[in-house]
Amino acid sequence: MARPEVTAKTRDIAALALELVRVLDDRHDAVGPWHPHLDPAEMQIGLRHMLLTRLYDERMQRTQRAGKISFYIRSLGEEAVSVAQCMALRPGDMLFPGYRNQGLHIARGLPLVDLMCQLLSNTRDMCKGRQLPVMYHSAAGNLFTISGNLATQFPQAVGWAMAAAIKGQDHIASTWIGEGSSAEADFHHALLFASVYQAPVVLNVVNNQWAISTFQGYAGGEQRSFAARGPGYGIAGLRVDGNDFLAVHAVTQWAAERARTGAGPTLIELVTYRAAAHSTSDDPTRYRAKDDHLHWPLGDPVERLKQHLIRLGEWSEERHLALSAELDALVVASWKEAVTYGTLNEGPRLNPDLMFEDVFKEMPEHLKRQRALMRAEKKA
Amino acid sequence: MAQMNMIQALNSAMDAMLESDPTVILMGEDIGYFGGVFRATEGLQRKYGEQRVIDTPIAEGAIIGAAIGMAVGGLRPVAEIQFADYIYPGFDQIVSELARLRYRSAGDFFAPVTIRTPCGGGIRGGQTHSQSPEGIFTHVSGIKVIMPSNPYDAKGLLITAIEDDDPVVFFEPKRLYNGPFDGDPNKAAVPWSTHPKGEVPEGVYRVPFGKADVVRNGSDLTIITYGTMVFVATLAAASLGVDAEIIDLRSLVPLDVDTICSSVKKTGRCVVAHEATRFSGFGAELLAIIQEECFWDLEAPIQRVAGWDTPYPHAFEWEYFPGPARVGTAIKAAMEPA
Repeated sequence: MARPEVTAKTRDIAALALELVRVLDDRHDAVGPWHPHLDPAEMQIGLRHMLLTRLYDERMQRTQRAGKISFYIRSLGEEAVSVAQCMALRPGDMLFPGYRNQGLHIARGLPLVDLMCQLLSNTRDMCKGRQLPVMYHSAAGNLFTISGNLATQFPQAVGWAMAAAIKGQDHIASTWIGEGSSAEADFHHALLFASVYQAPVVLNVVNNQWAISTFQGYAGGEQRSFAARGPGYGIAGLRVDGNDFLAVHAVTQWAAERARTGAGPTLIELVTYRAAAHSTSDDPTRYRAKDDHLHWPLGDPVERLKQHLIRLGEWSEERHLALSAELDALVVASWKEAVTYGTLNEGPRLNPDLMFEDVFKEMPEHLKRQRALMRAEKKA
Repeated sequence: MAQMNMIQALNSAMDAMLESDPTVILMGEDIGYFGGVFRATEGLQRKYGEQRVIDTPIAEGAIIGAAIGMAVGGLRPVAEIQFADYIYPGFDQIVSELARLRYRSAGDFFAPVTIRTPCGGGIRGGQTHSQSPEGIFTHVSGIKVIMPSNPYDAKGLLITAIEDDDPVVFFEPKRLYNGPFDGDPNKAAVPWSTHPKGEVPEGVYRVPFGKADVVRNGSDLTIITYGTMVFVATLAAASLGVDAEIIDLRSLVPLDVDTICSSVKKTGRCVVAHEATRFSGFGAELLAIIQEECFWDLEAPIQRVAGWDTPYPHAFEWEYFPGPARVGTAIKAAMEPA
């Protein structure tokens, strides 16, 4: 189906929720009505962000295995989702991520050292030691705090978008959820409120085929599309090849423009594949074949954009190798700096007094008393 | 000064805040065009428009979730949950999100949401329109829990709640909406216009959190209570001829421990009373604090008055309700010589 006008009526474009928007074909050429005609320089930036996300993930996974951090979640195979979507949005747009969206933080330019210090719960941890690794946030970067609960961010993003509309701003909100947690009531609440109030929001279901061990059918998606939940609630639904950087960028840009012009919210289903384990606490060989991600028919997002740029004469294997080496060196150097601010096992440590701060804006008496007791325990 | 019942006082608080702060918005089921099932928001949508007084679908989880996002986006939402009994679909958003945003983001994000919700029985509401779930919320770190007992406090505390940068769950004892109720359903209803706390200023004023109100000074024993039970306790003590010091907590979190303890240390005897169920109720926390802080000043065991540990039954409402007789039994026990 052709790329419709962003103001198209939901009922006229319901078929888009059942199709699969693709731009990059099997020969890595950009084709069809959704071709976003991005500048090669912009695609190179996208490739860089995706590659950095992947290299960061690899290194952080290894530091977890070496016992330096307690937990980690990789986004291997899903890098185009976060990076292309972030690049299609504006810096003033508010993002409500899930826990596998580190590409958003990287594409918004957060220093790797800041992300690593969060993983380490060290003296420079943005969360002051209160959150599991990967639950980043950035107020300046308009990246909302990641919960660790699932799906709660979905109706919150709708509320933020409603507030932007009430205040007469043209910022929009966007949020991400896995297909597994789209089973939660929060997902349906978000679609309902987005529809009733026509909130300027882009709602994204990252269908990476797996909850932890259960495939997408258990979330209610077998033989139907998650994007089709959108038209069910009266909002636009788009289903896109989530490993196709250009297609993801194109549909996100369409949905963002639709939201920004007041034409309504969009639900995007990004069809991708979770190539790695759910987390460092998971062993996927117990429920799926070890190499199955290599057989995913939609391929790998980094490789596909790389090959496309090579076909355009805007990239080469040599440049790719050089970029990989540069980014890996950046990750290594950032890690070296991050650990100087402390690790979970070695100092310097955060002051445990911080445990009692930020429960309320002003610390109430009973917390002051408990802080004194904790200090006495440490002295004893 | 004007005469107001509690509904009018709450309406006046919201009106004043909508007027003075453009970031304040109201949202909830039936609150807009209709003005709320208890009329607390009557006329406010007409005055401030549909963008600021928002009718919502019947989805409490969505109301709280969206209110959090709005607050993060710079508004001050006042969300009405039509009955406290309906708050549970929003419980996860309150406990796991609203209460912890400031903490988990080290102060970088916070959500100044006020949740107003009518609680308590005595209106033939049965088990789904009569609950007093305040103790479920006082157990959660990071939210303030308020329950006024009269129009003056209701308005002043609601304004404080809306201006507060922390989330507040604001319980309104619905049996008190129209008048002070002393627990005897057979008496003629008394309107707020006969009571000094029905005198309410028109403009903005604040009643601070964390400050209990000593409703009556006394020397025989201390009764610590809040909500509807303030009037029940007053009647019970008076009919026994006991000179009771009656403390209306108003604010459960933060709690005015100083006022509680200095009174108990003075009288040496104490009754704790609430309408909510007894087991693991907020009264248990009060007893624990008083035991820790005032043990050597106590002349008798502290007594506790509460609703029975059953759901609130429709047909046996007055057998369930902790009325003057139950409070009287507790007062007599607390007055036993040492």
